[in-house]
Amino acid sequence: MKIHEADARAVFSKFGLPVPPSTLVATPEDARAAAAELGCPVVVKAQVLVGGRGKAGGVKLAANPDEAAAKAKAILGMDLKGIKVEKVLVAKAVDIAKEFYVGMVVDRRSRKPLMMVSPAGGIDIEEVARTTPEKILKIVIDPAFGVLPFQVRRMSSFLTADKDISKKIGGMLVSLCRAFLGVDASLAEINPLVVTPAGEVWAIDAKINIDDSGLFRQKDAAALRDDSAEDRGEVEAREAGLSFVKLDGSIGCVVNGAGLAMATMDMIKHFGGEPANFLDIGGSSSPEKVLTAMRIILRDRNVKAILINIFGGITRCDDVALGLIEARKHLGVDVPLVVRLTGTNEERGRELLAGTALIPAATMEDGVMKAIAAAQGR
Amino acid sequence: MSILVDEKTRVVVQGITGRDGAFHTGQMLAYGTKVVGGVTPGKGGQKSEHGLPIFDTMAEAVAATDANTSIIYVPAAFATDAICEAADAGAKLVVCITEGVPVLDMVRVLPYLGERGARLIGPNCPGIISPGKAKVGIMPGSIHAPGRVGVVSRSGTLTYEIVHHLTKAGIGQSTCIGIGGDPVAGTNLLDALELFGADDGTDAVVLIGEIGGSDEEEAAALIARGYPKKVASFIAGRTAPPGKRMGHAGAIVSGGTGTAAEKVAAFKAVGVDVAATPGEIVELVKKILPAKRR
Repeated sequence: MKIHEADARAVFSKFGLPVPPSTLVATPEDARAAAAELGCPVVVKAQVLVGGRGKAGGVKLAANPDEAAAKAKAILGMDLKGIKVEKVLVAKAVDIAKEFYVGMVVDRRSRKPLMMVSPAGGIDIEEVARTTPEKILKIVIDPAFGVLPFQVRRMSSFLTADKDISKKIGGMLVSLCRAFLGVDASLAEINPLVVTPAGEVWAIDAKINIDDSGLFRQKDAAALRDDSAEDRGEVEAREAGLSFVKLDGSIGCVVNGAGLAMATMDMIKHFGGEPANFLDIGGSSSPEKVLTAMRIILRDRNVKAILINIFGGITRCDDVALGLIEARKHLGVDVPLVVRLTGTNEERGRELLAGTALIPAATMEDGVMKAIAAAQGR
Repeated sequence: MSILVDEKTRVVVQGITGRDGAFHTGQMLAYGTKVVGGVTPGKGGQKSEHGLPIFDTMAEAVAATDANTSIIYVPAAFATDAICEAADAGAKLVVCITEGVPVLDMVRVLPYLGERGARLIGPNCPGIISPGKAKVGIMPGSIHAPGRVGVVSRSGTLTYEIVHHLTKAGIGQSTCIGIGGDPVAGTNLLDALELFGADDGTDAVVLIGEIGGSDEEEAAALIARGYPKKVASFIAGRTAPPGKRMGHAGAIVSGGTGTAAEKVAAFKAVGVDVAATPGEIVELVKKILPAKRR
């Protein structure tokens, strides 16, 4: 789960990282007042959960309160990669002598947290990794200790030769590690970490993603969810315990299991069709989940046919059949439904669907072919 | 032969009185798995609906039943504790079916298990089956058949789909292991490949990968260094859009890496064929399997 910069800054502050003071506002007037109170210059930053805000014009410097109001007016309501900007952060600007990158992720290869630092801060770290990987130092962290002092010394001396600044950055690395472990983060980034001409250090941007599986014990973080950047269907699906990703094709998919759902999309494409979505109804599915899945898919007017591909293990084919019957009754299904049921209680599922207008399929391939034909009106 | 589970496997079910735990205990028993007891704290001394003894702790369960394996169905908030408890009690194989275990818990759990000589499969996985010998998981037993092809997969139902094709084509399996869809797993593709590589009962391996991470690329590198068995593969997620999590927490293309195209290319570069559809796996396996050993 991604959280907003303003919330990530608050987490960083709580764990002792130096973050310039800031105020979250929703109107140009409030931006003016915030700038006056914080002292200028300030930076006005769009609060949207998409990357590349700066390049898209969502981050602007203001020299005085009037300018802050004007910049806020320009940014508020702006469309950033399909998301309308509702709030801006007005943050006290600091002078920049040097910019570094400092970040932390869970490394799948070592199965441990990994800290990364780079003197090439302020730009996309993935770009640095591609073009000049030698400018990134990666250190595997033992979660029993957190980052160790010798690791801190290695990283801070990789960034700067200045002993005083190096020490200050070292303190920030320790705090970042504590924050990462403390909030069940899957990613925490300071980009950039800034050194001022006077030798102060600041985290002037903050990015934190929280592990979805950690949210049950991170109640404060869970409350920070903002789903306005998500597709309506994706939000509805998550609330119903489904996994849904919208795509642009014409064949809706209802599948049990993420791997099989991906393989179903891939097979549709392989045989010349276009999938309209990824949808995993999950393991122990109920008729209600199938009904919700159908409602979400049928809302997409591009959908010309729906393929239901079930290989029952925990999922019971009769549950899926009941959900489909309910969906036909309540949702006004006006596109062909192709149904493939294999596994637990498949005979019972087939019996329930016999005599309906559903198109039965014997195998996954058969189902995909029939769905492609149906979507093309054949 | 087979890997990790066989006739000698003695299983304790952690969470045996829960809905899923109780149902799948019955399924495992019906398959012939030696399930010897269950653990539900607070219900020690009772019998399960299957007539198995219930214990309050794993230590008691292992002492009383001589179990060597645990399977876990407890809710996510209690799964980390259950995994550690199983390893501490002396279980050498711990299979965690539960989905939604925090990633940082897994990071901490793995060294704990390592110190106790225990192996974890999962979390968020369908488990493991050695057809005809033991089923420690939630997969439908009926679609499997004993044989000499090892199957390792990051997925659940997609594995069933592929195993179903193999069995229908008369190709049996030595062991099928579902390692789970999380970013940090107890057993990864490489670990499973190494186990199959050393198993006398496995002639060839089917590797079912998916987008996200670099496990498949590392598997390809392992094969390039000289792997004793032939491998055929399927990769799910060729049509997955970047930056979107496809159900599994670990199935995401981020920063342009972890794409299906990269994984397919890595395998092809080391002579591993990648099936375009799940059914096509059958032809690839027939090509690599020694003729007399199907």
